[in-house]
Amino acid sequence: MAVSEYIDNIKGTCSTLFDGLAVTLSYMFHAPVTFQYPDRMPQPLQDTLPARYRGHLYVDLDQCISCLLCEKACPIECIKIEDVRIEKIMITDVDGRPTPKVKEPTLFNINMYKCMYCGLCTDPCPTGAIRFTKEFEGATTNIQQLHFRFVTQGRREMAVALGAEQERKAAEKKAAHAAAAPAAVPAPAAPAAAAPTAPPPSPLPPAADSGPAASPAAN
Amino acid sequence: MKPLLDSLIARFGITDPGLTLGVYATGMVVFCAIVLMGFVAPAAGIISFIERRIAARMQSRVGPNRVGPQGVIQWVADGLKCLLKEDLIPTEADHLLFRIAPYLVFIGMFGAFVVIPFGSSLVIADLDVGLFYLLGITSLVSVGLIMAGWASNNKWSLLGGMRAAAQIVSYEIPAGLSLLTVILFAGTMSVQGVIRSQGWAPHTWLMFQNPFLFASYFIFFTAALAEGNRTPFDIPEAESELVAGYNTEYSGMRFALFFLAEWANLYIIGAVSAAVFMGGWQLPPGVPDAVRPVAELLLFLGKSSIGVFLAIWVRWTFPRLRVDQMMEVCWKYLIPISFANVVGTAVWMVFLPKGQLPASAASFVMVALAAFLVVLFVRRVRMNLRESDMPIHLNPFV
Repeated sequence: MAVSEYIDNIKGTCSTLFDGLAVTLSYMFHAPVTFQYPDRMPQPLQDTLPARYRGHLYVDLDQCISCLLCEKACPIECIKIEDVRIEKIMITDVDGRPTPKVKEPTLFNINMYKCMYCGLCTDPCPTGAIRFTKEFEGATTNIQQLHFRFVTQGRREMAVALGAEQERKAAEKKAAHAAAAPAAVPAPAAPAAAAPTAPPPSPLPPAADSGPAASPAAN
Repeated sequence: MKPLLDSLIARFGITDPGLTLGVYATGMVVFCAIVLMGFVAPAAGIISFIERRIAARMQSRVGPNRVGPQGVIQWVADGLKCLLKEDLIPTEADHLLFRIAPYLVFIGMFGAFVVIPFGSSLVIADLDVGLFYLLGITSLVSVGLIMAGWASNNKWSLLGGMRAAAQIVSYEIPAGLSLLTVILFAGTMSVQGVIRSQGWAPHTWLMFQNPFLFASYFIFFTAALAEGNRTPFDIPEAESELVAGYNTEYSGMRFALFFLAEWANLYIIGAVSAAVFMGGWQLPPGVPDAVRPVAELLLFLGKSSIGVFLAIWVRWTFPRLRVDQMMEVCWKYLIPISFANVVGTAVWMVFLPKGQLPASAASFVMVALAAFLVVLFVRRVRMNLRESDMPIHLNPFV
């Protein structure tokens, strides 16, 4: 090793040590960039997340038309829906468009602990009722707390009552129809397949009953 | 202390003068050990906390801030946790050596405190061979480290122990030669003697007496870092290479002892460089006698914290050296330069005798040069701060 190289090495060492120490010292006077999650945040972390963040799923039952598209789309079948037929009402979807609603869910459960946050349920939803929230803090000591039951007991009772009301009305209408129309009208074969969620008595004979009951759904 | 020992002597009816002296000596040793332990353990803990906070700020983090206000008693929690942990000894380990090793490390570190002068009268023993003793007793640490590495019966531990041995043996030489420069200039090996040969003002500090002593300070500091296994010379416990090196198999109390020794060693680095190169406890004249001992203690602690901060700062700035690079730094650079320093100081003392005008003028020039370096450095830091767009936060607490 030449003497000049040796001295250059020493000089290089001293100057780089000098620079390096200056850099770290200046960083010591900078404000830390740490977010002290969760308890010392300037604002809740959920508020700082991007708009399309995929957190827990949420269902707005007032917008849900119980079309079951989300249930069918879910690749791991973590959504479970049961519903009743109600009188047709008009609701507004997330985009403000009027949408008819003829079914009301009596059960809308999502197993959030099975959910893989793929978003396939939110895509087909025609009204935007099922959507992601920015909530992601799912840690819990009881896994059942992650089994979201969106239909509360009160709402369920209300829906069941509405459903019973609608059934009664349908029966009345049917009776009126039956009284007005001659008994010889043949029943079409399609209705049973067209309305699987229709009240159970429909597929049953006599044929005179099932024809008119299915006709509103076919229309 | 003396009445207690007297009562002990009376109680056991000791009349033999030699035995009486022995009781006094033992009593004093035990007393000093307890007082010192009461200083060392908290000091090591507090330094560990300060180091973590400084490290955090240098990395734009916050650091431990949950235990107590601003996390100031984090070190107590850590220590207690270690004490309560299970003390595991691997079945295949050499049980006796495995148990002894941490104590050897601890003794090596603790023994060094015997000659650390906290004040003109606050020193356990002002040995005539103080600096020599210091070099000797700290080498005991390397014995402990090899023992820990060997007894663990673990390849990582053994490699760590071997590296520690190689490193400490190599770096003893530049450290010893740098202290030899000081001994040459001060004319004594006693630590108190070295401090008394300096004054309170910077231009009387040994560090600024001549360029060779100035270089000696940095070489001593580097070598001490290496002996204390501190980054950038922490290859014996290199996490990315050796899991944790010699202390891989240790847990609980014994693990805590290793770490106590490490941080106490950090204080020793600061204390020795303050005592030997920066005038130790030397106070300006005019300080009233009543407050002198306390003022001396505070001054010494303040000066040693410079070295401690420097070591922490260096640790969180530079990456770890490779084994061969570390040996190269020692044998190719530090040792030849320390030899040059010894010879240079000797020649300097012949041509510029102490106490005469040229030598005093030279020390003033050295102080001015050092001040110039500091100013350059501060400007550099300010430039870095200006160029960055991050907000500045001078308050150490977040």
